[in-house]
Amino acid sequence: MLLRHTPTEITERTALTINPAKTCQPIGAMYAALGIHGCLPHSHGSQGCCAYHRSALTRHYKEPVSASTSSFTEGASVFGGQANMLQAINNIFTVYNPEVIAIHTTCLSETIGDDLPQIKKKAVAEGKVPEGRYLISASTPSYAGSHVTGFSNMVKAMAGMAEPTGKKNGKVNIIPGWVEPADMEEIKRITGMIGVKTILFPDTSGVLNGPLSGEYKMFPDGGTTVAELKSTGDSKGTLALGEWCSADAARELDKQHKVPCSVLDMPFGLMATDRFIDALRTIAGVSIPDVIVNERGQLVDMISDMHQYLYGKKVALVGDPDQLIAMTEFLVSMDMKPIHIVTGTPGKKFEKRIKELTKEMGREVNVKAKGDMFLLHQWIKNEPVDLIIGNTYCKYIARDEDIPYVRWGFPILDRQGHQYFPTVGYKGGLRLLEKILGVLLDRKDRDDSESKFELVL
Amino acid sequence: MATATKNKLVQWGPAEVKSALLEKYPPKVGRKRAKQIMINEALQNETPELTANVRTIPGIITMRGCTYAGCKGVIMGPTRDIVNLVHGPIGCSFYAWLTRRNQTDAGPTGENYMNYCFSTDMQEQDIIFGGEKKLAQAIQEAYDLFHPKSIAVFATCPVGLIGDDIHTVSKNMKEKFGDCNVYAFSCEGYKGVSQSAGHHIANNQVFRHLVGQNDEVKPGKYKINLLGEYNIGGDGFEIDRIFKKCGITCISTFSGNSTYDQFASSHTADLNAVMCHRSINYVADMMETKYGIPWVKVNFIGAKATAKSLRKIAEYFGEKELIDTVEKVIAEEMPGVEAALAEITPRTENKTVMMFVGGSRAHHYKELFDELKMKTISAGYEFGHEDDYEGRQVLPNIKLDADSRNIEELEVEPDETRFKPRKSDKEMKALDKAGYKFKQYDGLAADMDKGTLIIDDLNQYEAEKLVELMKPDLFCAGIKEKYSIQKLGVPMKQLHSYDSGGPYAGFLGAVNFYQEIDRLVNSKVWGYMKAPWQKNPQLSGSFAWE
Repeated sequence: MLLRHTPTEITERTALTINPAKTCQPIGAMYAALGIHGCLPHSHGSQGCCAYHRSALTRHYKEPVSASTSSFTEGASVFGGQANMLQAINNIFTVYNPEVIAIHTTCLSETIGDDLPQIKKKAVAEGKVPEGRYLISASTPSYAGSHVTGFSNMVKAMAGMAEPTGKKNGKVNIIPGWVEPADMEEIKRITGMIGVKTILFPDTSGVLNGPLSGEYKMFPDGGTTVAELKSTGDSKGTLALGEWCSADAARELDKQHKVPCSVLDMPFGLMATDRFIDALRTIAGVSIPDVIVNERGQLVDMISDMHQYLYGKKVALVGDPDQLIAMTEFLVSMDMKPIHIVTGTPGKKFEKRIKELTKEMGREVNVKAKGDMFLLHQWIKNEPVDLIIGNTYCKYIARDEDIPYVRWGFPILDRQGHQYFPTVGYKGGLRLLEKILGVLLDRKDRDDSESKFELVL
Repeated sequence: MATATKNKLVQWGPAEVKSALLEKYPPKVGRKRAKQIMINEALQNETPELTANVRTIPGIITMRGCTYAGCKGVIMGPTRDIVNLVHGPIGCSFYAWLTRRNQTDAGPTGENYMNYCFSTDMQEQDIIFGGEKKLAQAIQEAYDLFHPKSIAVFATCPVGLIGDDIHTVSKNMKEKFGDCNVYAFSCEGYKGVSQSAGHHIANNQVFRHLVGQNDEVKPGKYKINLLGEYNIGGDGFEIDRIFKKCGITCISTFSGNSTYDQFASSHTADLNAVMCHRSINYVADMMETKYGIPWVKVNFIGAKATAKSLRKIAEYFGEKELIDTVEKVIAEEMPGVEAALAEITPRTENKTVMMFVGGSRAHHYKELFDELKMKTISAGYEFGHEDDYEGRQVLPNIKLDADSRNIEELEVEPDETRFKPRKSDKEMKALDKAGYKFKQYDGLAADMDKGTLIIDDLNQYEAEKLVELMKPDLFCAGIKEKYSIQKLGVPMKQLHSYDSGGPYAGFLGAVNFYQEIDRLVNSKVWGYMKAPWQKNPQLSGSFAWE
C-alpha cells in the first residue's frame, strides 16, 4: 500500500494540507504565456520557482519550456527586485530577442512588494525595451488562488494588450482556458468548419506539441500573435470557456473596450459542446454544417451503444474547476454517478454548481473546493467507486484501492498523448468515452469468472 | 536557432567554441561567463581557475534550482519515516512531491511517508498576520494523524521574509509531544545561489538534530556510512547488495532509502565513504571532528570505480577476511561487466558526450563513459563549487562572498564521551605510507582531457550553441534541457532522474547503463529527422512517371 497511512476515519484538518489538488499561481501564468507567439515567460523571484515550473510543464507536455527568472538571492529579497528585473530585461532582449516578455510575480516578489507596473515603466523609460517589443505582467502570488487563477491572471494581461482601432475585424475572440494544445487545435478545427473567424488566446498548439525535425526553435511557429491580441478589442464578441480560467479576461475586454462576452463551460462532453457550438452559431449568424451534426451523432451513438456499461457507475473526480464542471455534467448525462469531487482551487461557486449539476442524480455528492486528495481518498475508502478520473497523482489511490482510473487534467507525468489528442468537442468526447470504457471493460474482463468471461461485449 | 551542423571538434578548437558561446552576451555578462568557462589544462591548480558557486545572471535561462530544492528535495526527500512538512504556499511542496524518484523499501515497520505531500498551504492572511499558529496546528494535525517518530519543517521564501520562527515552533511541539523529534530547516529559496546552499542547511540540521541520537551498537562487521548517495533509480539498492555480499555493514546512507534511526546511529560507524563530495563533504568533516570517524571519497558509478572503492574500504579495515571477500566479489561480478562491454563498446567507442549535472555527478558518470570508451568533450556542474572542479587543495583559496556567508557553519568539537579515534596513530601512519588518502578529492578537471571545456552553471543558450558547434553523440543534463537538445537531433539522457531508468551504480547498474547508452546513441530514431523528400529536394517538381 503506497498510501498505507491514510485512515478511513475522517478528522477535520484546519491547517494541514495533504496531497494537494492544486499548485501555485505562477505555473499557470507561465503556461498561458507560452500561448503567445514569440513570448518568453519570466518569473520575477528566486530561480527555484522558475525551475520547478519549467520542470513540471516539461514533464507534462514533453516539450521544451523556456522561461527566464530574476534570480533573486538574499540581496534582492532585502533591497527589492527592480535591479534584477531591469538587468533581466536587457539580457533577455539581447540574448533571446522575444517579441513579448510575459512577467509574473512569485510569493517572494509579492511579499517584498515589488511594483511590476512601475518597473515596466522604468524599463521602457530607460530604453531597455526595443521598438516593437512588449512587456506584459500579471500578479500571481502563490499564497492566493491556485495554478488556475494564475493562468486566468495572465490571460487577463493578454486581454490588456487590446488596442481597438475603431474598425471591427469581424472575428470572435475565443478564450479556451487551461486545456491541452491539442484541445486548442480542436477548437480551431471546429470554428474553421463552422466558418467563424476567430482569435484564440492563449493558443499553445504548435508551441507545446511540436515536431522533432533536427531544429530547435525557442519560439516555435504557434501561439497567438501580438497583432491578434491587439485586435481583440475590435472583435464582435468574446466566448470565454470556463468561469475560472477565462471569464476575467473576457470581462476585461467588455469593460475596457465594450466587446460583449458570454461565459460558457469548457466544451468537454456532449452538452457543453452543444452549448459552445450553438453559441458560435448565434454570434456568427451561420448555420451548423452537417459534418458537425454527424460528429455529434457519432458521440450520441457511442453513448447509446455502451450505456449498459456506464449506467450507475460511481466516479471520483479531482482536478480544476472548469474541467470538473464539464466532466460532471458529461458523466451525469450518461447516467453515471460522480459522487466524490474535489478541486484544490478555492471558490464556493464550484460546490454550488456541482450540486446543481448532480441534483437529479438521486443522491448527495461529496464535493469540496479547497480540498485535497487525502480527503478524496478518505471519501473513497468510506464509499468505494468504480472509476477515478484525475491527474497523475491519482495513480497512488487507484493502485491502493484497485480502482479503474483515467488520466485527465494537469499534470500527467507518466503517460503520453494528452498533448496530441483532444478531449474537447464531440471528437474529444469520443476519446474520453473510449478511455472510460476501456478501463471499465478491462476491469470487467479481469474480474469476471471464467464462465462469465465473454468474447462479445 | 540554426540546425545543428556536422561540424566536429576537429574544426572547432576549444578557444573558438568558448568565444562563440560568449559572442552574443552584453559585455558585462560576457565577462562574467568567461570566468565560468575553462579550457582544461588537465593540471592540478593550487588556486581556483574557474569561478563557481556564484549568482546566476537575471534573465539568462539557468539550469539551477533553489535552496529549498536542495534541502527538502535532495537531502530530506529520500527519508521515508520522517513527515516532511513544508511551511509555505502550496507550490513548493507540490513540485517536490515524488518528482525526484526517491525509491525506498518501506521495510518491516512499513512506515513510509514519501508518497505523501504535506504543506501548510499558506494564504494571504498567513503572510499578513504570520503563519506560526498555522504551522503549530499543522504539526499537531500531522502528529495526531500519523504519530511519526519525527517531523521536519521546511521554510519557503515568504516564511523567511515575514519572520516566522519555525525553529521555536518546532522546539515547542517537540517538547509537547515527547515522543516525536520535531526540527526545522531555514532553507528559503532565495538563500545562497543554488541547490548547494540547501544541501548545506539540510546537513547541518541533520547533524544537529538526528546524528548521534541512538548509541545502541548495531550488529555486523566493518561498519561504514555511505554519504551522498540518494538512491535515484535504485542505485542505493544495488550498492547495498554489493556491501552485503562483501560483508560490509552500512549503518546509514545519507540519505537514499534512509530512516530516522539510520541517521541517529550513524556515529557508531567506523568509516565514512563519501559519494557526492559537493552535497555532503562537510558532514564527513563534522563527524570526523566530533566522533573520530575518518572519511574517504568513493565512487560507485562505474564497474571499475566500484571495484576500486570496495578495495579502498577493505584496505582501510585492513583485515584479510574482508580483503579476500571483496576480491572474491569483484571476481564474481566483473565477468558479466566485461561481457557486456565486449559486446557494446564497438558501438560506442569514440562517440562523444557532454554532461552538465549536479555537483559531483558529472564526474562520477565520466567513469562509466570511459568504460564505454566514449569521449567526454565538455562537462560541468549545475551547482558545484571550485573544489569540485579543481580538488580540495584549492579550498583555502576560495573567497567567501555574501551569498556563502549567510549559510551557517556549525562549530564542531570532539564529543566528550563518544569521540574515539578509529585507528591508532601507528595504523594511520602505516596507511599513509602505503599511499592511502583520507579526505582527498581531486575534482573533475583532473580527470578531463586536455583541451576539453569545463563549464560551470551552463545555461540554455550556451547548451544549444555547444551542441550546434560540437555536435556530440549524447548530451546529459536534466528534464528542463531534455527536449530542446533532442529537437536538435541529439539524444539526451537525464542524469538527475535517469529518464525513469536505473540503477546505474555498482556492477549490475554499470551493465544497465552500458545498455541504455548503447540504445540511445545507436537508436534509429535520430535518422528519421528528415523526410525522404527533404533529403532529396532536387526531385521536387518533377514527375517520376512521366
